[in-house]
Amino acid sequence: MHPAKSVIYFTTATGAGYGLFFWLALLSFHGHLPADNAVGFHMMPFIMLAVAFGLIITGLLSSTGHLGHPERAWRAMSQWRSSWLSREGVMAILTFIPMSILGVYWVFLGQNTGVPGIAGMVGAFMALVTVFTTSMIYASLKTIPAWHNIWTKIGYLVMSLMSGAVLALALTSIFGLTDVAFHLFIPVGILLVVGLIVKIIYWRYIHSGKAVSTAESATGLGDFGKVSLAASPHSADNYLLKEMGFKIARKHARKMRWIAAVLGFVLPFILIGVAMHYLDGTAKLLVILLAAAACLLGLVFERWLFFAEAKHAVTLYYGQDKV
Amino acid sequence: MTSLPKTAPKKKLGLVIDLDICVGCHACATNCKEWNTGAKSAPLTDLNPHGKDPDGVWFNRIHTFETMSETGESRTVHFPKSCLHCDDAPCVTVCPTGASYKREEDGIVLVNEDICIGCKLCSWACPYGAREYDEIEGVMKKCTMCVDKIYNENLPPESRAPACVSTCPTGARSFGDLNDPNSDVSKLVAARQGYDLMPEQGTKPVNKYLPPRPKQDGTVDQAPRALEYADDSTDTAPMLARWVDKILSA
Repeated sequence: MHPAKSVIYFTTATGAGYGLFFWLALLSFHGHLPADNAVGFHMMPFIMLAVAFGLIITGLLSSTGHLGHPERAWRAMSQWRSSWLSREGVMAILTFIPMSILGVYWVFLGQNTGVPGIAGMVGAFMALVTVFTTSMIYASLKTIPAWHNIWTKIGYLVMSLMSGAVLALALTSIFGLTDVAFHLFIPVGILLVVGLIVKIIYWRYIHSGKAVSTAESATGLGDFGKVSLAASPHSADNYLLKEMGFKIARKHARKMRWIAAVLGFVLPFILIGVAMHYLDGTAKLLVILLAAAACLLGLVFERWLFFAEAKHAVTLYYGQDKV
Repeated sequence: MTSLPKTAPKKKLGLVIDLDICVGCHACATNCKEWNTGAKSAPLTDLNPHGKDPDGVWFNRIHTFETMSETGESRTVHFPKSCLHCDDAPCVTVCPTGASYKREEDGIVLVNEDICIGCKLCSWACPYGAREYDEIEGVMKKCTMCVDKIYNENLPPESRAPACVSTCPTGARSFGDLNDPNSDVSKLVAARQGYDLMPEQGTKPVNKYLPPRPKQDGTVDQAPRALEYADDSTDTAPMLARWVDKILSA
C-alpha cells in the first residue's frame, strides 16, 4: 500500500494524542497531577492538554487532507452502522466532549478530580475506543492480510498507550513533577517492552509466508498450472498500482524494521532507564526529551512500514504471486 | 445507505466472461471508455493522455496471463476484468458517507458522486481493483453495468446491453440475470462450470468466468498436414511435381 504522509501522521499523531490524554486523565483521577481549585487560567494543564488536543486535531485534519472533497468530510459520520471509518469519525467527535469537560475544569477552575476526574476517565476510555476504531479501519480489510489480523488492533492500542505514556513522562518532567514522572516510569518501561514484542510478533506474522489469495485463485486458472502475468493492461502505471502496488518497502524492509525497533523502543527504554536512575536536573530532562523524540520518530518508521509492507489482493492481477 | 440491501436483490444483473473465446483485443475496454465518458459517471478523466506516462479512469481492463503446468504445457489466457457487482460487496459497507450503494432492484453497485468524499477506502476494500479514483473530480468511479444503456428505451432492444458486451467481436461476454436459473447466462454458467474470482475473499461476485476449454490432445480433429509435397519422398506426388522436384534436385 502507498504510505501516504497524511495517513502516517494521522495514525501516529492521534494515537499519541489519545494515549497522552489517557495518562493525563488517569493521573488526574488519582490526584497525582496538581490542581489548586482556584478560578483563573492555569498554564501547566493548558500546555499538557494542548499537546494532546493538538496531536489529535492536527491528526484528524491530516486524515481529511488526502480526501478528494474535504468539504464533504462531515458526511463520513453517517454510516456508523456498517463502516469502521465512519465509526472512527463519530467516536473522535464524541470523545472531545468528556475530554473538553476535564480540560475546561482543569485549565480554568483548577479542578481535575471529582466530576472532571470522572469525565476524564470516561474520555480516557473513549480515547482508547477511538484508537481501536482507527485500527479497525485497517484490520477490517480482508483484501490486505497484513492488516486483517489481531496484531493490527493490539499494535495500534499498545503503540497509542506507549507513545502517550512517553509523552506524559516528558511533559511531567518538563514541569518538574518528579513524583508523577516516577509513577509513569514503570508503565513506560513495560509498554516499551510490550510494544517491541507486539511489533516483532506482527512482523513475524506478516512474513510467515501464509497466503490468503494467490494469482491462481484471483484468475481461477490454477487447474492449468502456475499462473504468471504475461501482459499488463496498460503500458504505464494506473491508479491501482500507484495506490496499492507500492514496492519500495520490500527492498529496505529489514533495515527499516531495525531502525523502527531501535528508535521506537530500544533507545527510549535505555535512555529513560539511564535518566531515571543515574541523572538529575537538566541532563535528566534532556535525555528524557531525547527518548520521547526517538520514540515518536521510531513510530513514524513503524507506521511507514505498516503501510508500505502491506500487500493488496489486487496486485495478484499485476504480477504478485500471493498475498 | 451503505449497508447492503436487507432483502436480496430479485434480479442479479451480471456478466459472464468466456476465457476460452476472448482474444485480448481490448475492444470491451475501449467501448466501455467511449460509452461511460459520456454517461452517468462522465467524464472518465485522462491524465497526461499523450505524454510518457498516460493515466486515466478505466472501468474495464484486459490482463494477459500465462499458465505453466508441471508437465511443461503452457497456455496464454486473455483476462478482461471489470466490477463483479458482488452480493457481499465490501466496497459498499466500508463507505463512510453512503455514496456507495447496491441497488435492491437489480444488484448493480453504484457510486453517488454528489456525496462521495474521495477517501478511496472502497478501492482498498475491493480485491478486484474495480474502483477508480478520478483525480480531477476528486470522487470514486466504477463500472455501472451501463445502467444508463441497459434500461434506455431510446435505444433499440438489441442495444440494451453493457457497452463491453455490445462491442465484443468474438462474443466472449454475455449479459443477463444470474439470479434466474433459466436465463441464458445462468445456463451458460451451469454448462461450462462458470466460477467466482477469489471466492476466499467472501465477496460472492455476481459476474462469472468460464474456464478455457481443455487443449486438443493431438489425435482427434487434427488439422490436415500442410506441405505434404515438400517431403523427401516424392513418390506419391503428382507427375508434374515429381518432374519439378527432379529438375530442382539436380
